[in-house]
Amino acid sequence: MKRHLISAADLSRADALLILDTAEELAQLADRPIKKLPTLRGRTVVNLFYEDSTRTRISFEAAAKRLSADVINFSAKGSSVAKGESLKDTALTLEAMGADAVVIRHPASGAAHRLAGWVRGSVLNAGDGTHEHPTQALLDAFTIRRRLMGGRRQGGSRGGQGGRGGLGGTVFPQNRVGPGGSPPRGNTALDGIRVTIVGDVLHSRVARSNVLLLSTLGAEVTLAAPPTLLPLAVGSWPCAVSYDLDSELPKSDVVMMLRVQQERMSAAYFPSVREYSRRYGLDGARMARLPDHAIVMHPGPMNRGVEIAAEVADSSRSTIVEQVANGVTTRMAVLYLLLGGTEFPAVTQ
Amino acid sequence: MTGARGTGPDRWLIRGVTVAGYSGREGGTADILLSGGSIVAVESGLNHSGARLLDADGLIALPGLVDLHTHLREPGREDAETVETGTAAAALGGYTAVHAMANTDPVADTAGVVEQVWRLGRAAGHCDVQPVGAVTAGLAGVRLAELGTMADSAARVRVFSDDGRCVADPLLMRRALEYVKAFDGVIAQHAQEPRLTEGAQLNEGEMSASLGLAGWPAVAEEAIIARDCLLAAHVGSALHICHVSTAGSAEIIRWAKSKGWPVTAEVTPHHLLLTDELAAGYDPVFKVNPPLRTSADVVELRRALADGTIDCVATDHAPHPVEAKETEWSEAAFGMTGLETALRVVQEAMVDTGLLDWAGIADRMSIRPARIGRLAGHGTPLEAGAPANLTLYDPASPPAAVVPAGASKSRNTPFAGLELPGRVVATFLRGTPTVLDGKLA
Repeated sequence: MKRHLISAADLSRADALLILDTAEELAQLADRPIKKLPTLRGRTVVNLFYEDSTRTRISFEAAAKRLSADVINFSAKGSSVAKGESLKDTALTLEAMGADAVVIRHPASGAAHRLAGWVRGSVLNAGDGTHEHPTQALLDAFTIRRRLMGGRRQGGSRGGQGGRGGLGGTVFPQNRVGPGGSPPRGNTALDGIRVTIVGDVLHSRVARSNVLLLSTLGAEVTLAAPPTLLPLAVGSWPCAVSYDLDSELPKSDVVMMLRVQQERMSAAYFPSVREYSRRYGLDGARMARLPDHAIVMHPGPMNRGVEIAAEVADSSRSTIVEQVANGVTTRMAVLYLLLGGTEFPAVTQ
Repeated sequence: MTGARGTGPDRWLIRGVTVAGYSGREGGTADILLSGGSIVAVESGLNHSGARLLDADGLIALPGLVDLHTHLREPGREDAETVETGTAAAALGGYTAVHAMANTDPVADTAGVVEQVWRLGRAAGHCDVQPVGAVTAGLAGVRLAELGTMADSAARVRVFSDDGRCVADPLLMRRALEYVKAFDGVIAQHAQEPRLTEGAQLNEGEMSASLGLAGWPAVAEEAIIARDCLLAAHVGSALHICHVSTAGSAEIIRWAKSKGWPVTAEVTPHHLLLTDELAAGYDPVFKVNPPLRTSADVVELRRALADGTIDCVATDHAPHPVEAKETEWSEAAFGMTGLETALRVVQEAMVDTGLLDWAGIADRMSIRPARIGRLAGHGTPLEAGAPANLTLYDPASPPAAVVPAGASKSRNTPFAGLELPGRVVATFLRGTPTVLDGKLA
């Protein structure tokens, strides 16, 4: 693995599988009475947050603490940053304090990339502008794998089944393992899994990272959105594109809903929230068009009643709460691998 | 600062130089004798008694380069550049005249400011500084600046531009074009439709999509160029298009010229060589307005410069202090320095590719920009009787990496570390060397 995690494109298929398998092993900790490992004792992880994002910050904080790292939370609000300190000067300050890893959330695309040029420690991108959010993609992949590839499924590879044809309902009902799923076999990727990502792709760092990572892992990704919310050059991405959500639903194993910011309306991306919701929102009727095994994901925070109806968010298909739990585990795996912990607990192969 | 400034022109004999466009004997080489600020003779075997000798074997002589588009930053941002440092950079790049853009602080929208810049240029002495006046008061795009007063001032302004901002209001643009006909002026448009580029950061395409940077569509430039070509034709006034950056823009200008409309255009060295793929590392040294485009655009811009659709190369030299670039991409300032590297970049992009010969370079970097800028005493072919403004250039100098440190106060060159051919050896301004052996004289 590289020293930093800035883009999902930094991860080879082997890297991504290593992270997911490591996370799977670390997930076993969650069932132990003492959830903490000494792995990163004496290492310092800084959470450098230029945007309010409590959920992502506490997820990284919990991950680092469970690995016994010292955690420093640096919120840009009310700090030297608010007084005009540049990102570079903040980086040099953190460097002087001996940060082994910096987790950065920033409103500017590329901020994590820039930071990596100024610090010696590892940089973890926790969301940069409208660019990427690679740990979100990893936790999403982890969640999909647990829900759809876990437990009793035999064989491991779907490549021999001739692609989409082999993904009918006969495979999955027995794989429904309930909330939380069960551990998939090591080295299981997402080959042939059909993921539909719905909504504001243009401004979504979650979508960018997921398209890259899920396609690396063999999933077939389709973006469903109004044309105004897709990048003009989306044709060069490793995914399919559709303007019609309804036609995609029956062939989706996973539907991932993106948050829609209501202020997009004023920039004429769509006429009204209601029209958006009518055409691209996931309500009960649309959910009923999904195959029985299909799951519904959302990176949060949700706009209930806009991109996702309450009955969908609260349904058994929804993985939204699991995604949060899996976020901690996945981020533990990333921190462990980037910081090269030496006391990884012996886990049976 | 330079001894040459106080002493006045000497007699110089430049021996054995290849004169761009000269069709004399001995493979095109000749001797050039300078005296009294003028070229006295261009022929081979000139007698050098009493003249200082400059052995120019292997060098090309070009009429002194003229830049239509320079940001000297003074008054207001003397931390980025001053007239003194910017014109020194110009001389080192082979320029004998630069047009200083109006987006200073205060804006060059009155006779007072343009005369100040003009006087600072005279005092610096490295090259002539021809101020550009703002089209609208304060660059605000609301009402016309006092264009006629600037034209009548000591600075004799003929080129007007709100560069950095587009004159987006079509009625205001029409009036400006019409108004400057009274004194043979030209409106130099920064073509950027503002609504289509709100928050824009990088050429809209594959790079902007994958980097998550707000896209800057080609059509935002092309729509304004098309509109303004039509306006220029309608009112019969001279329009100049600044920093053309897209293939589509070149096509529109080619069409307008085919109609015989009074339209001229410039392209920057960086748009002739660099593409938006350089933004992959989010280094804002590659952030510029208009943005770097695709390799397909670069190919078309070169072709348009070669066939004369685009009249000239203009640097858009835009110095910025370190802190304006050592930041997040979206926070960083737009712009690149370019005076000291322009000729080398153009050799790489246009000469070494066979698209233009040195006579063509003389035309695109001196003769035509001087004509567009209505600049007397510059851009005249190197022949007896012409003002002794010339540049000696060594195209065979082995490619060397560009070093950011130069005469400019700023270091924001996108070419740093890039190996470019050629070297400016000497620059003469009215017979006086401003640069000798690649250093300020």
